[in-house]
Amino acid sequence: MSGPSVLFDEPGPRGRRRIRVASIVTVVVLVAVVVLALRVFASHGQLDADRWRPFGQWPIWSYLLVGLRGTVQAAALVAVLGAAFGLVLALGRLSPVRPIRWLATAYIEIARTLPVLLLIYVTLFALPAYGLNLPLLWKLVLPLTVANAAAFAEIFRAGVLSMPRGQNEAALSLGMTRGQSMRLVVLPQALRAVAPSVVSQLVSLLKDTSLGYIVAFTELLYRAQVLAAYNHLLVQTYLVVTLVYLVCNLLLSGAAYRLQTFTRRRTAAPVVEKTP
Amino acid sequence: MNVLLDNLPALLDGLWTTVWMTVVAGVGALILGVLVTAARVSPVPILRGLAFGYVQFFLNVPALALLVLFVFALPDVGLLMPLTTTAVVVLVIYEAAYVAEAVRSGINTVAMGQAEAARALGLTFVQSLRLVILPQALRAVVQPVGNVMIALVMNTSLAAAVGVVELTASANKVNLVHAQPIPIFVGAGLAYMALALVIGLSTGFVERRVAIFR
Repeated sequence: MSGPSVLFDEPGPRGRRRIRVASIVTVVVLVAVVVLALRVFASHGQLDADRWRPFGQWPIWSYLLVGLRGTVQAAALVAVLGAAFGLVLALGRLSPVRPIRWLATAYIEIARTLPVLLLIYVTLFALPAYGLNLPLLWKLVLPLTVANAAAFAEIFRAGVLSMPRGQNEAALSLGMTRGQSMRLVVLPQALRAVAPSVVSQLVSLLKDTSLGYIVAFTELLYRAQVLAAYNHLLVQTYLVVTLVYLVCNLLLSGAAYRLQTFTRRRTAAPVVEKTP
Repeated sequence: MNVLLDNLPALLDGLWTTVWMTVVAGVGALILGVLVTAARVSPVPILRGLAFGYVQFFLNVPALALLVLFVFALPDVGLLMPLTTTAVVVLVIYEAAYVAEAVRSGINTVAMGQAEAARALGLTFVQSLRLVILPQALRAVVQPVGNVMIALVMNTSLAAAVGVVELTASANKVNLVHAQPIPIFVGAGLAYMALALVIGLSTGFVERRVAIFR
């Protein structure tokens, strides 16, 4: 089914009237909710101009932007390390050598069912007891990498498995080794096919960096906490920061969407697969 | 190992909180998610837009930021609920967006002829959605929705960050007192894996039961 439009007919006069009524009811309810929310906010003085004015000023924004830099820094590190480790894991899980396959599978399955916060508590409170006291940035990046590597591995593996078998078979019949076939033929295509999923994973990873709040690493949400503790503008600060996350992730999601339509156009090129 | 047994009541309390948060938030997210999907495919443009905005917003905002906003900031406008209730509410509205995404992909798998046949029989939009489209769409998304539920178990641990004493928090507390991280955290990890396994197995079971063989 392509779109929502199949679910209903081109509305006739009565249908149009019904849609109009439903639209009006929706708008009325929406306006009522918004007005009610605004009144609740106003009655507690949360809409006063001087509670919002700080967020029109540069010092506050420069303070928050330092946090955003930390978020981006942590996200970039986790993305690079997690993708690299995830690729190794995916290849391990696809490996013909049984012990390697088992190890990779076990790692992926375990890491996927552990909450990131638990991993963070382990790095925060357990590892120092064994003499491993990482710098703050790595206390956030290490657990996130452990968790995201498994997610990346599953994405890459799905990509490799989605390739037609003929690709690998053709490479082998040309005299390539397994490794060469994977490296030169299968992986380049598979990675291109999963590019949109990788970018979606980046969104989820960027959301995960908000756990820097627990680690006390200087990222956006932690900065917001410090700022709110200082200026007591809890509602305003956390709302603004939530919107900053929204904008960053919408940009990434938009990139993922564009990549998806782009790759779809690419793969829709007339490569005719002849079956014998 | 002893430390686990000695602190079993506290840890089981935490596990219990995790389980009931998961169940309540899971059921809530399922209901809200299906409603959002219904709005998203409805003939009313404003409802479609609202549902689309809802999903986009919650897919792109960190759950922890929402938890912090609801738990620490909203009491400033008089919205004061018990802590665990607030966490569950946040999880419901957050995971509902993911459920909605999954169910919508299920609606896309329903053959076009089904909707056309429903229309040809004279079913209204709500009837065709309720009687024809959704029953088939939901069967197709048991596995994806199961994955959302597993993600929900993982996300209940975020409630520890705002002070709810669930499994992660109680494990952490026990460790802070007894300083035996290996048995405590491994035990908590195993409990989470068991929960995920239970959800995974039951989605597999449900999927086999409701699958349509064509």
